[in-house]
Amino acid sequence: MIQIKIDNNIVKVKPGTTILQACQQLGIEIPIFCYHEKLSIAGNCRMCLVEVKDNPKPVASCSIPVIDGMEIKTSSTMVRKARNGVMEFLLINHPLDCPICDQGGECDLQDIAMSYGRDKSRFNYNKRAVKEKNFGPLIKTVMTRCIHCTRCIRFATEIAGVPELGAIGMGENMEVVTYLDKSVTSEVSGNMIDICPVGALTSKPFSLTWRPWELNKTESIDVLDAVGSNIRVDSNNNEVMRVLPINNEEINEEWISDKTRFAYDGLKYNRLDVPFVKKNGLYKKTSWDNAFNLIKKEVLKTSGNKMSAIIGNQTDCESIILLKDLFTFFGCDNFLCSQNNSMYKSLPRFAYCFNTTIAGIDDSDLCLLVGTNPRTEASMVNTRIRKRYLEGNYEIFSIGPKMDLNYDCKHLGNNPQILEKIYNEKHFLSKKIRKSKKPIIILGDNIFNRKDAEAILGLVYRMCIKFPIIQKQKNDIIWNGYNILHHAASRVGALDLNFISSKPDFNLDKIYSLSKKKELDLVYLLGADEIETKKLENSFVIYQGHHGGYGSKNADIILPGSAFTEKNATFINLEGRLQQTFKSCNPPGEAKEDWKIIVALGKRFNTKFNYFSVEDVKNRLRKVNPIVFSSVNTIIKNKFLKFGKKRNISNLPFDLPITNFYLNDVISKSSKIMKKCSDEINNKNL
Amino acid sequence: MLKNQDYIFRNLNGYNSYKLSDARKRGDWSNTKKIIQKGAEWIIEEIKLSGLRGRGGAGFPTGLKWSFIPKKSDLPKYLIINADESEPGTCKDRDVIRYEAHKLLEGCLLSSFALGVKTCYIYIRGEFYNESKILQAAIDEAYQNKLLGKNACNSSWNLDIFLHRGAGAYIAGEETALLESLEGKKAQPRLKPPYPASTGLYGCPTTVNNVETIAAIPDILKKGAIWFSGIGKPNNTGSKIFCISGHINKPCNVEEELGIPLKELIEKYAGGVVGGWNNLLAVIPGGSSVPLINKKIADSVLMDFDSLEEVNSSLGTAGVIVMNKSTNLLKAIARISRFYKKESCGQCTPCREGAGWMWRVMERFVNGEGTLEEIDTLYDVSKEVEGHTICALGDAAAWPIQGLIRHFRPLIEKKIKENNFKNKVA
Repeated sequence: MIQIKIDNNIVKVKPGTTILQACQQLGIEIPIFCYHEKLSIAGNCRMCLVEVKDNPKPVASCSIPVIDGMEIKTSSTMVRKARNGVMEFLLINHPLDCPICDQGGECDLQDIAMSYGRDKSRFNYNKRAVKEKNFGPLIKTVMTRCIHCTRCIRFATEIAGVPELGAIGMGENMEVVTYLDKSVTSEVSGNMIDICPVGALTSKPFSLTWRPWELNKTESIDVLDAVGSNIRVDSNNNEVMRVLPINNEEINEEWISDKTRFAYDGLKYNRLDVPFVKKNGLYKKTSWDNAFNLIKKEVLKTSGNKMSAIIGNQTDCESIILLKDLFTFFGCDNFLCSQNNSMYKSLPRFAYCFNTTIAGIDDSDLCLLVGTNPRTEASMVNTRIRKRYLEGNYEIFSIGPKMDLNYDCKHLGNNPQILEKIYNEKHFLSKKIRKSKKPIIILGDNIFNRKDAEAILGLVYRMCIKFPIIQKQKNDIIWNGYNILHHAASRVGALDLNFISSKPDFNLDKIYSLSKKKELDLVYLLGADEIETKKLENSFVIYQGHHGGYGSKNADIILPGSAFTEKNATFINLEGRLQQTFKSCNPPGEAKEDWKIIVALGKRFNTKFNYFSVEDVKNRLRKVNPIVFSSVNTIIKNKFLKFGKKRNISNLPFDLPITNFYLNDVISKSSKIMKKCSDEINNKNL
Repeated sequence: MLKNQDYIFRNLNGYNSYKLSDARKRGDWSNTKKIIQKGAEWIIEEIKLSGLRGRGGAGFPTGLKWSFIPKKSDLPKYLIINADESEPGTCKDRDVIRYEAHKLLEGCLLSSFALGVKTCYIYIRGEFYNESKILQAAIDEAYQNKLLGKNACNSSWNLDIFLHRGAGAYIAGEETALLESLEGKKAQPRLKPPYPASTGLYGCPTTVNNVETIAAIPDILKKGAIWFSGIGKPNNTGSKIFCISGHINKPCNVEEELGIPLKELIEKYAGGVVGGWNNLLAVIPGGSSVPLINKKIADSVLMDFDSLEEVNSSLGTAGVIVMNKSTNLLKAIARISRFYKKESCGQCTPCREGAGWMWRVMERFVNGEGTLEEIDTLYDVSKEVEGHTICALGDAAAWPIQGLIRHFRPLIEKKIKENNFKNKVA
C-alpha cells in the first residue's frame, strides 16, 4: 500500500492506482470528459488536471499513477485556473444549443460548466461547424457539439471490436468519423450514446421526443436474450420511450446490446389488446368472459392426455408455474418449454446452466465454443469474452458454423466428432485444454435440438472430468468451465420449474404428428411465437401473448397478455440467477398480466387457485423450487451430477438458433428500428 | 570561439562529398572498433561526463537519458534517430545528413552498442526527399563496407539501420508522436509516463535522439569527454550548429561553441544585420517556438541553454531568426501562430482550441482591429494553453505570443490606437 496526501487527507491506496482513482476513493469529485473506467486512458480532455507538489505544471490525474509520498491538491488556485481554462476552450467551439439538444439534463459538459465555466464568452469569432456523420440507423450525430474526447473511438475499437471509427484531420479541424461513412456494424454500438459526454452522439429513435427529467424511470431487466441485462426503462404516457443500461458488474457491466436498447418500439406495434375468437376463418373481438367460456367448453370436451402446453422464449416464471399447475389439474403431461425438438429430460440443473458465470469468464484462460455464436445469441457474454481476449494470453476455438466474431477465434470445423477426437487425445486441442488452468467450454442451446444431444452431453461430461474443465477439491468445485449458452430468457426458469413432459420422446414434431392424427385436441401456446400453427389445424389452439405474430396466426382464441415492461415478473437468466422485471407501463387495452389470465381461467374450473397478488404466485414458486426461487440476484452452486449418455455421435453439422440478430423474437420483429438495422447493418455484415 | 581543431562537423558547408571515402578522410569510421571494445558502460559514462545535452530543443542531458534504458530486459531495445526536423528557422539536421551522413551512422553504431540496441530506425522528415536518398545511399555504403549489419566494423555487434520517411506532420517530431507514426498510427503524442525509455516503440525500451546529438557522439568518444566539456560553458558544454536566417547579409549554418554572444554570432558569421546592428528589432533565438527577445537583450545575451532561459527564452534548436526594423512583427508572429494552429494534432483540448483562438486574435491585431483589453485576453489564453497540454506543442504555440506581448506590447497598442483613430476620422 502506498501512502499519499490529497488535500491534506492522508490515504492509503494500492500501487498502480491513478491519482483520479485515489481521489474518487476519497470521494473527491474530479471533472472528467475523456476518462472512462472501462476504456483505455486517453488523457486528452485535460479537465482532470490536479496539482502535484514539486511539479511546476498541473498533471492529468487520470493517467498518472500515484507515487509514495505524493502530495496532491485538487482545489488550489493553480488547479482551478487550469480547469477554468480548459472549460473555456471546450466551450468556445461548442454550439451551446442546449435548448434543442437531446443530451440536455444528462450532459457532462453542461454539469461541469456550471462549476468551471465563465458566465461570458471571450471568443468573438465564428464557431466551428462540422458536418453530420453517418453512424447508422441508431445513432444521431451532431458533430458540431463534439469535444473530441475520443470515448466513442476507443469504445468502438476496444469494447465493440469494430475499428470503424477514428479521428481525421488535425488541430481544430479534427473530426470523429466512421472512416467509410457507413453504419457502425456492431451489435453494441448504442452504448456510444451513453458514453458520449456531450450531445454529439444521441439516440436517433429517441431524438427530440422527451426530456430525460420528464420520464418515469423503472429499473428492470431485459428478456430479449437470456443474459438478463440490467436495464432502466424510461417511460412516459404509458409508453416506453427508451431503454438504458444499469451497471451490473456481474452481468452486463455498463453495456447493453442494440436489440435491448432499441427494440422497445416493437412494444407499440402489432399489440394484442382485446381477446379474439376465430369464426369462419375471421377474427372477431370478444369479451374475456366469453373467451374463457369457450375455452372451458373445449377443455371439458377432451381429456388431459389429448392436450398440450407450450411456452415461448419470453415467458415469466409466474405464468409458467400457473400454466403447469392448471394443465396438471387437467391431467395433462404434455409440456414443452422450447419451440423446437429440444430434449431436456432428466438433466441436473448443472447441465443446463452457464456455470462459469459471466463474470467468471474474466478468470478463464481458454475458451471452446461449440455450436454457438455468442455475438448474436448473448451479446453481453460476447463482450465479456472479448474483454478477456483483450487482456491477452487467451485462445478461443470454435466448433460449428463459421461466424464473424469480433475477436480471433480458431475455427476447427463444423463436425461434432471433433469433440470425440479431442476427448480421445487425437486433436491438438487436447493438449492445450489439459495444459490450461481454467478452460471453459460453451455449448449452444441448439445442441439440445439434435437427435444425438444426449450423446454429445455425455461426451462433454466425460471431457469435463478428463480435462480440467471441472476441478474438484474434496467435495467443492473450485473451477467450473461447463456452460450452456441459452438464447431464450424463459428457458432456465422453465427447466427449474420442470416444465417438461415425462414422456421420453415428446417434442414439437410429436405434437405436429399427433395433431395431424387428430390425437391432440387442445394446444395452449403461452407466448410461443415460433410455432407453425398451420400444422395444428386439427387442434383447438389457444394463444396467450402480447404480440400478434407467427404463433397467433391460426389460433382459435387469442388472449392478450403483457410484455416484460408491463408486469412484475421473475426471470432466471442463463447463469441461473433470479432477477425481476418491474412494471413501467400498463398493458394496452384489455390486455392483462399473464399470471392473472391463467388464474382467471383456472377459476373457471375447480382448481384451488387462491392467488390474489403476484406475491402469492411467488410463494407458490418458492414452494415448487425453494432453492432457486428464494434467493434474488444470487448464483446457486449447482451439484455436479452425471448427465448425458454414452452413445454414438453423428457427424451432422451444428446449426445456430439465431440467423438475424436484429429480428429474432416477437418484440424485435415488430420493431421498425430493428427492421431498419436489419436492412442497413445485418444484410451487409454481422 | 571554436578552435579549428575542435570542429565536429568539418564538412558542414558541403565542400566535400558525404561519401565514405571522403568521410574517412575527415576521420569518420576510424577507431570505431577500439571504442566499442572499451565497452558499453565506458561509453555511457563518457557521454555523461562530457555533459552533452540533447540538440533537439529540450536540452535534456543525453547521458542521463541513456541511463534510463533498463540494462536487463527480455524485450528488444530500439534507438530512434529523430530526423523529422520541421521547426521553422532550423535546418541543421538537413545539412548533417546531406554532408556528414557517415558521422550520423557511426554515431548510431556507437550509441546502439552502448544501449544494447540491435535495430535502429532513422525517422526522416518526408519533405527531405533528397536527403533521404543521400542517407539511404550512405547506409547502403556502410553495409557494403561491413560497417553496419552483422558484425559491424568487426566488433561482433550486429546492428541494422532502417530509414523511415515521415508524411509531413510537424508533430511527428515530438518523440512519442514519432513512435506512434513509426508504428503506423496517426502521429499523436502519447501520455507520459510511461516514458519511452521503459515503454516506447511497440512497447519496448526506446531512446529517441536528435540527429545532431548522435552525430556528435563519435567525436566525443574519440577525443574524450574532457575535450568536449572543455568547450563552451559549464552545464552547457560543447559546440552546436547555429542556423542563422532572416534579415542578415549571409544566412548560414555554423558550428560554434555554446555560450557565444548572439551579437558575435550574427556579426561574425552572418555578415551582420541588414542595415546595421542598430537596425535590429528582435531575434527569435531558437526556432519559431521560443519567445523572441528584443534588441536590448540581444545586445548581450549568450547563446546557451541556461543564459537564454534567464531571459525568458530558450535555446531550442538554435535556429536564430533575425528581424530588423523593416519587419511587421505582428504579421510575423501571426504567421507563426498560424503554423501552430495548423500543426496542432488536435488530440488535447487547450492546444486544439487555443492555437486557433490565438491565431485569430493575432490576425486582428495585424489589421489593427481589436481592443486594448484583447491583448490581456490573448496573454491570458496563451497562459491557459501553456503547460496544460500532453506535449510541448501547446507551449510552442503560446511562447511566441507571450514573447511578443512581453517585449512589444506598445507596438500592438500603437497599431490598435492608430486604427481606431483612422476609423474615427473616417
